[in-house]
Amino acid sequence: MTSATDTHGGHDDHAHGPAKGLMRWVLTTNHKDIGSMYLWFSFIMFLTGGAMAMIIRAELFQPGLHIVEPAFFNQMTTMHGLIMVFGAVMPAFVGLANWMIPMQIGAPDMAMPRMNNWSFWILPFAAVMLISTLFMEGGGPNFGWTFYAPLSTDYSPPSTTFFIFAIHMLGISSIMGAINIIATILNLRAPGMTMMKMPLFVWTWLITAYLLIAVMPVLAGAVTMMLLDIHFGTSFFNAGGGGDPVLFQHIFWFFGHPEVYIMILPSFGIVSAIIPAFARKGLFGYTSMVYATASIAFLSFIVWAHHMFTVGIPLIGELFFMYATMLIAVPTGVKVFNWVTTMFRGSMTFETPMLFSIAFVVLFTIGGFSGLMLSIAPADFQYHDTYFVVAHFHYVLVPGAIFAIFAACYYWLPKWTGHMYDETLAKTHFWLSFIGMNLTFFPMHFVGLAGMPRRIPDYALQFANFNEISSVGGFLFGTTQFLFLFIIIKCIRGGEKAPAKPWEGAEGLEWSVPSPAPYHTFTTPPDVK
Amino acid sequence: MATEEGTYYVPAQSKWPIIASIGLFLTLAGAGMMMNDMSAGVKDSSAHYVFYAGGLLMAWMLFGWFSNVISESRAGLYSAQMDRTFRWGMFWFIFSEVMFFAALFGTLFYVRTFAVPWLAGEGDGAMTHQFLWPDFVADWPLMVNPDNDLFVGAANVVDPFHLPLINTLLLVASSITLTFSHHALRANDRYKTKLWLIITLVLGAAFLFFQVEEYIEAYNQLGLTLSAGIYGSTFFLLTGFHGAHVTLGAIMLAVMLYRVYQGHFEAENHFAFEASSWYWHFVDVVWVGLFIFVYIF
Repeated sequence: MTSATDTHGGHDDHAHGPAKGLMRWVLTTNHKDIGSMYLWFSFIMFLTGGAMAMIIRAELFQPGLHIVEPAFFNQMTTMHGLIMVFGAVMPAFVGLANWMIPMQIGAPDMAMPRMNNWSFWILPFAAVMLISTLFMEGGGPNFGWTFYAPLSTDYSPPSTTFFIFAIHMLGISSIMGAINIIATILNLRAPGMTMMKMPLFVWTWLITAYLLIAVMPVLAGAVTMMLLDIHFGTSFFNAGGGGDPVLFQHIFWFFGHPEVYIMILPSFGIVSAIIPAFARKGLFGYTSMVYATASIAFLSFIVWAHHMFTVGIPLIGELFFMYATMLIAVPTGVKVFNWVTTMFRGSMTFETPMLFSIAFVVLFTIGGFSGLMLSIAPADFQYHDTYFVVAHFHYVLVPGAIFAIFAACYYWLPKWTGHMYDETLAKTHFWLSFIGMNLTFFPMHFVGLAGMPRRIPDYALQFANFNEISSVGGFLFGTTQFLFLFIIIKCIRGGEKAPAKPWEGAEGLEWSVPSPAPYHTFTTPPDVK
Repeated sequence: MATEEGTYYVPAQSKWPIIASIGLFLTLAGAGMMMNDMSAGVKDSSAHYVFYAGGLLMAWMLFGWFSNVISESRAGLYSAQMDRTFRWGMFWFIFSEVMFFAALFGTLFYVRTFAVPWLAGEGDGAMTHQFLWPDFVADWPLMVNPDNDLFVGAANVVDPFHLPLINTLLLVASSITLTFSHHALRANDRYKTKLWLIITLVLGAAFLFFQVEEYIEAYNQLGLTLSAGIYGSTFFLLTGFHGAHVTLGAIMLAVMLYRVYQGHFEAENHFAFEASSWYWHFVDVVWVGLFIFVYIF
């Protein structure tokens, strides 16, 4: 037997702080470093996708074609969606998971720290590949973020090949990240931290991770078939060869519907941590929250065709998917009820995380209700592909995912940086975001119901006023995010010293370590009662 | 994490993830350029250099990264808790592979149950049939496509009870021989471990050989190609990805054989071997599904 030549850099280094210089970030295996990188990457993507949204809103400010070519407009709507979904929202949640899950369950790090680093470092390369398509001959992807065939196969620009491989990279990153999170939660909990004692953020992320490993491979299958159709003469999505373009939609939405829950379940966990903290009352109905999350995750697999009501599926399909979709309102209603009941007769204060969380509950519910309207198949025949749909999913994604991410950042910033953020500026950020967001997306309900189609750079005159309002709101929301950047940088650089537990009513293991959290936490597992 | 099981090993900084990211990027960017050049008819494309550079980086990374893990494991740095992490990780990785194949099988079932019959006038979409391809008749395997000029259908189907049956026997047998090898490893019988593992690898290689043979036959004698319509598309999609997974599984087993020769593994501690055998059994199960739904029915 040969003796093991051990080249690992030294287990003992872990007592010390981070390495110096740029290579710290490139080579790191530390969940906090990786979490920070995820969050910064996400923010850069948020600004990139946001810039594209600004171009869209500028073009739609007035009827007629003013600023960009229709072909470029199509690339903007496509890339805005892709970048926000895969570049901004998902990495932000993984970043929060990296930072918080080990601290919340009393683990020394993520279960597979090196793979964790790889999951992150794939992302910038995937983003480069995705964004570079805009500069290629024939332009970038222009078929909408849902990339329906045959627009994305027979009629797509050559850059689609690179779009496909970028999706593959993002999928590999997500699957590895999800496996890591599952292994961490199932295997690295401190003794005494039973499953039903886990904070809801951990629970919702566990369920989200299962959604990820279940559907990202399906997306990989879909784009692989696209690739074969484009370059190798197959006919999966071509009826001339016996295939079916509708098949693409089925596969895509089998991924796509769980995907939208991937972007909302961690938000549920964040809000379920913040509302009790600032209502100074335990979360109402913890157990029902867990079961409701699991039910939503299960239902997400059997509702996908509600995105395809107008494509010509059999009547029995319309009925099944309509009723199954409506069922989702039940566990979601349980959640909203629990959040409201948690606040009921609580000693509430309204620091910024709480403001974002309350806005989350109210506005996400609006988005949920418009979703309920869309779930009614005969009504959806009217709403389909109008701005009503755009209003709906932006109401669940902006105040849903994005506001929850803001809330989480403010809530945990003192723990990350050791400083309190500037409360006045943060409240300004909240109110400007809140007003900007509603100004942007609420009028879209009206123009949508009146028949304005989505993904079109020009529109009929009667929609002009509402579109102007939307654009003004969009510019307000967009520019406000630079204030967020300023607040974060200011908080990192200094500010009032944060105590270990800056929020009076906060609960959880993360508040038992000093602020800022030491580079390595819980190398010895804490005692959980 | 210091528990009754010892400390949970948190590795120090590692260069492999960033090398892996660059390697993956170059491999996929190279593949993309090759495909685009191929479809655009570019003659002297140099895209394959990018692809090979990425592939070499990936190979170097896999070698180096796994070497690190193996030497850490053999230095006794891993606790029983770490072992469970590997088990969860491998299990859910295989689950994600199951979902990938589920999408591919789902495609096959959708096409056979819905798409092809609808094209022939079944269901509510009868008008499509009337206006587009009134002569089209639903049939499976689909030999005459709706637009048979654009997609020339295959002349013949693959006979399931010739090469595919042989392959089924080979692969099922290889799962059994692999289990023998595993039992021998657990009983600390290194000679039998090697013997059965070599037999497993030979069976796997024979499977791959016959699979290539079948492809050659399909292209040359049956007219069954990637562009032969949906029958060819689904046939090559499913068997092709399965074949790629068998190749990967065989590489994993070959590494295990090498490690057994190097004196690695103990009767109680050999998760890499187990993980590879899980993977091998998984590709075996997928094959049984393929044999039933792609070849027989």
